[in-house]
Amino acid sequence: MSQTIIWTIAILTVLGLLLAIILWFIAERFKVVEDPRIDEVEKVMPGANCGGCGFAGCRAFADSAVKAPNLDNHYCPVGGNEVMQKVAAILGHEVKEKAPMVAVVRCNGTCEARPTVNDYDGLASCKVKAALYAGDTGCSFGCLGCGDCVNACTFGALSMDPVTGLPVVDETKCTACGACAKACPKGIIELRPKGPRGMRMYVSCVNKDKGPAVKKACANACIGCSLCEKTCTHGAIVFENNVAYIDPSKCKLCRECEAFCPTGAIHAVNFPKPLDAAAVKARVQERKKKAAEAAAAAKAAQEAPAKPIEKEA
Amino acid sequence: MNRTFSIGGVHPHDSKISRECAIEPLPIPETVWISVAQHIGAPAKPIVAVGDTVKVGQPIAEPGGFVSAYIHSSVSGTVKSIAPRKDLAGNAQLCIEIQVEGDEWLESIDRSDILKTDFTDDNKAIVEKIRQGGVVGLGGATFPTHVKLTPPPGKVCERLIINGCECEPYLTSDYRTLLEKGREVVVGTAILKQVLGVDTATIAVEENKPEAIAYLNKLLPEMRKISTKYAGISVMSLRKRYPQGGEKQLIDAVMHRQVKSGGLPIDVGAVVQNVATALAVYDAVQKNKPIIDNSVTVTGECFPRQANLLVRVGTPLQYIIDYLGGFPAEAVKVISGGPMMGKAISNLDAATVKGTSALLFLTEKQTRRAPESNCIRCGRCAEACPMGLEPFLLNPLARAGMTDELEKNAVQDCIECGCCLYSCPANIPLLDSIRQAKAQVMGILRARAAAAKAAAGK
Repeated sequence: MSQTIIWTIAILTVLGLLLAIILWFIAERFKVVEDPRIDEVEKVMPGANCGGCGFAGCRAFADSAVKAPNLDNHYCPVGGNEVMQKVAAILGHEVKEKAPMVAVVRCNGTCEARPTVNDYDGLASCKVKAALYAGDTGCSFGCLGCGDCVNACTFGALSMDPVTGLPVVDETKCTACGACAKACPKGIIELRPKGPRGMRMYVSCVNKDKGPAVKKACANACIGCSLCEKTCTHGAIVFENNVAYIDPSKCKLCRECEAFCPTGAIHAVNFPKPLDAAAVKARVQERKKKAAEAAAAAKAAQEAPAKPIEKEA
Repeated sequence: MNRTFSIGGVHPHDSKISRECAIEPLPIPETVWISVAQHIGAPAKPIVAVGDTVKVGQPIAEPGGFVSAYIHSSVSGTVKSIAPRKDLAGNAQLCIEIQVEGDEWLESIDRSDILKTDFTDDNKAIVEKIRQGGVVGLGGATFPTHVKLTPPPGKVCERLIINGCECEPYLTSDYRTLLEKGREVVVGTAILKQVLGVDTATIAVEENKPEAIAYLNKLLPEMRKISTKYAGISVMSLRKRYPQGGEKQLIDAVMHRQVKSGGLPIDVGAVVQNVATALAVYDAVQKNKPIIDNSVTVTGECFPRQANLLVRVGTPLQYIIDYLGGFPAEAVKVISGGPMMGKAISNLDAATVKGTSALLFLTEKQTRRAPESNCIRCGRCAEACPMGLEPFLLNPLARAGMTDELEKNAVQDCIECGCCLYSCPANIPLLDSIRQAKAQVMGILRARAAAAKAAAGK
């Protein structure tokens, strides 16, 4: 009886040891070496798996970030600078501060300003609609209003305004992942720097048609009059294809362009006070007058010394 | 029992209410706008300048690539502007605006009605004439004909099929062309037959056009007596079924051969050309007349006057409508083409192009879509699909943007015939989403092919 027990224990012990050795060999042979930092980085990521960074998800981002020599090509728009600091600390890299961004809808064609010229009763999808035709308004560049951007947003930051028929971005929720910008077939949504205290200016129109055609299609559109470009003293306004664009890196938020825009296509958001257009216009006119006077004086000064020389001769 | 294609298809109501209207030439408008992008492939490049005077039939734009076509002036007059203008769908296209002055044709064009049955040019010269004539497939796709007549090396064509099915409801322009220009179509067929080096050509006509079939059956023996070049051309009556006029369906119906997914008709030894294209080929080769006009069916139950018009390319739609008595009050939708595959027009200021085959006016009742409800998995769409696809599966995949799965389920084979949408009892806009997904997948496939080509080049 006792012999049976001893044998059993002995066989099982030997068998266990043998299997343990085999397992150990296999584990050694087929070891997957994974950097433990990948797990650490993944832990500090927001875990939204939105793909806003350009990688398939947070894990893919962490994997790539660990392998990369620096963090120049890695930025989590959702976590922002805070998360990037943590990632940099884990990996021992330096990370440059990036200005926080926000999605901006560059179409101002409300139902009122941009009347519909035909009815669309197909599938409620901007992608489908854009593939079919130019849209149900006279503007072939503007918002199609089916809300593909709203569906693309995983953070609930976008909603359609039933009155204007345009998407509205909730700044507090927007993480600038860029999913909406990708979803928009018309390329209306742009990621722009949030600006100091959220103050920013942008041209809320992308219509490339010529002035008269634009005016016919939409009352709020950029008609390409270039008044803003002439007013801007910072060289922040770029004019291309009959539409103005404000370069956020150069814009000093002086709101002069806004005051001069005849259609209200230039939008300024989060400013503490409403724009006093008359005062700004007066200011600009005064400046122009002074500049003209100065130019005239300079011209006179240039011509003045020329005369005595003539006399001497 | 007449032949037809083997799978899918639907039987929409015929509604060919303009079938008795003879083709009448539309008076020339005061101004025409001729688009340089009237065909599949690269847009043509304008070769005239503002202020130039042009004659009817004068080339005004040259091909912008191999798959592209010449564009000719459809009127005589002065070029007023070359600028973007909104097309039928509201998208801007470069158009050449010509102010009409008189109706002076190029001297080289034979304007007589005399039938020229003899053609002596060699094949190369014929293809060049077709290219110079700006001939494109007038069945709807507007694919440059000279490209189709140059099969890739190693492929042998066994049969030419002339597509006279006109399976779309309402459309009658091909039918009228067969009745009124049957002889010219047969000569065009013989020319195409010679270029392709085939012995047999079949003019396929659906059985709902018995007059056309009888006329051709009477005509062909007469033509055969004139020359041996007309031997081997026959008429085939096909059972009425939509989308029989689809290239792959027609080959299936006539030859009982199936074109594989991603394949071309030439892979199974067939080349399909439309009746109107055959006529355009006759005009280009025998009469030196490029495509400057095409027959357009203007129809719809609510439209005051049904008509088959011979319209100069670039005529504004509004001009055609005004000529026939103005926009009907009950009409809410105008379609360019047939009700199944045609596209709704969002801009009536637009001008016609070579491929404009019909203007169809539909009332609210005829056109308004019923609200969408849930898929009940009845499988009618899969039964109706002539390409053997499963629209009920493709639709959710398309809406979810699952391109890999869509590709596996052959969304790229969709011919956009609309049978699925037509047969769906739940009014699900199946084609809307599938068409968009197809475009997306085709883009991926093209990018992949380009990448593979680039890799092979290295």
